[in-house]
Amino acid sequence: MASVASRRTLIGGMTVIGLVVLWFGLTTFTGLVTGARFPSPAEFWLSLKQINGRGYAGSTLASHAFHSLKLVLMGFTVAVLTGVPLGLWMGWNRRVEAFINPVFLIIRPIPPLAWIPLAILWLGLGDAAKILVIWFSAFVPSVINAFTGVRNIDKPILEAARMLGTPRLRMVREVILPASLPMIFTGLRLSLQASWTTLVAAELVGALVGVGFVLNMAQQDIYPGMILVGMVTVGILGWVTTLLLARVERRALAWNVAARD
Amino acid sequence: MTSPPLGFRETVLLGLAGLVSFIGLWSFLSVSGIVPAQFLPGPLDVASRFVHLLTAPFAGATLPAHLASSFQRYAYGVLLAAAIGVPLGLLMGFFRLLDDIVTPIFDGLRFIAPIAWVPFAALWFGTGVGGPIMIIFAGAFPPCLINAYRGARFVEPRLIEAARMLGTPSSRMILEVLLPAAVPSIIAGLRVSAGLGWQSLVGAELIVAAAGVGFMMVQAQGSVQTPTVMAGMIAIGLVGMLIDVLLRQGEGWLRRRRGLDS
Repeated sequence: MASVASRRTLIGGMTVIGLVVLWFGLTTFTGLVTGARFPSPAEFWLSLKQINGRGYAGSTLASHAFHSLKLVLMGFTVAVLTGVPLGLWMGWNRRVEAFINPVFLIIRPIPPLAWIPLAILWLGLGDAAKILVIWFSAFVPSVINAFTGVRNIDKPILEAARMLGTPRLRMVREVILPASLPMIFTGLRLSLQASWTTLVAAELVGALVGVGFVLNMAQQDIYPGMILVGMVTVGILGWVTTLLLARVERRALAWNVAARD
Repeated sequence: MTSPPLGFRETVLLGLAGLVSFIGLWSFLSVSGIVPAQFLPGPLDVASRFVHLLTAPFAGATLPAHLASSFQRYAYGVLLAAAIGVPLGLLMGFFRLLDDIVTPIFDGLRFIAPIAWVPFAALWFGTGVGGPIMIIFAGAFPPCLINAYRGARFVEPRLIEAARMLGTPSSRMILEVLLPAAVPSIIAGLRVSAGLGWQSLVGAELIVAAAGVGFMMVQAQGSVQTPTVMAGMIAIGLVGMLIDVLLRQGEGWLRRRRGLDS
């Protein structure tokens, strides 16, 4: 096993080195790919220095990134706080499910990104419109997975709890919520991904600050170095938030892993 | 135990009640003027605008014409993603070295939202047909690759051993052992891809495009024609749903033919 892992790391490392060499080779050394198409490493570095020093598109990279991160966290949190309880409720009570399901089925096929023009009409180019579309996009996976989580709970567990006369509130807090938590976290991962996609799209369509706005300005200025800076930033932000969520998940589900071992 | 399943009648009645309250609330907000009708037109206004747009051009074309041009780009993007992603995934499932090389690259790119490719797509392929196709490709590619890879990777080892023992060459191994065994997984991946590709298409058209439903919606937003924006949303939702239904049918047909479902 160890040799397989080290083989992977070795080849992976060589691939990364190979890509960097290829990047230098195609741009700086041979000029096969010109700076108008894709930036050379030097151009990328200069763009990075510019946005961190003088700033670009109105502010520095850190404040653009921080602003985008803030919006994603706000939209995501609102979506989770509304979506998960609704999903749990729909899973628990079939009347609620029957009441809400048809409306849900009508709204769900509309891709979250299609809400962007409407959100701009309603709320303008500021933060509120972005939070609204993030909420739309992250809400659906939260609801569906929480719902599925409740429906998949082993019946004997619920019957046992009920037979012991567990009161309602304790039932929700100590049986239903923990039992559906693994499914809920699956939904949260999807929600987080959807949040980033939607935010970047919304900022590309219209914004005054944020990573998507940097991408938008760089596109209009035909500035490949800055486009790459924006893309790398989007990737890093998505990666870091996913890691954080996985951390929270590990901590929240510690009991579950222990039970499996 | 959750509450017992409802009867058919109760389900239908409650569902209708849900729909009626949704449409009622929408109409109430719009008609009463709590939200100005300019920003939230009533359901009837949206429906009549939808019908109107079927024949009257807006932003250069009628709604069906916009849909047709959107769908063309969409089909190219998804087909390209399938044509590259599925074979690459199968090969990765068979050749270890390729897997070890491609996986780190793929993992590095995974966290970049497909929509973030818009500026490079516009720079490399223009904003007409090529740029949007690249963005749809970026959205639809990962599930094609991952599912073909998983399908090929988790083929029963006995099958592979048997084929290998009989001296099957690699090319036949991939085409006649891995591919058929991976088909269910591949089809599931294609369905996810189709959905993500449609989503990316909408994003691409909102940002860069000179035709298509997304473009129509942005134009309508610019001139504060809310009913047209909402009619566009409905059209996008309907087509997305239609694509999903057709693929589900296709999946079912394929599974039945292969005897996976009795």
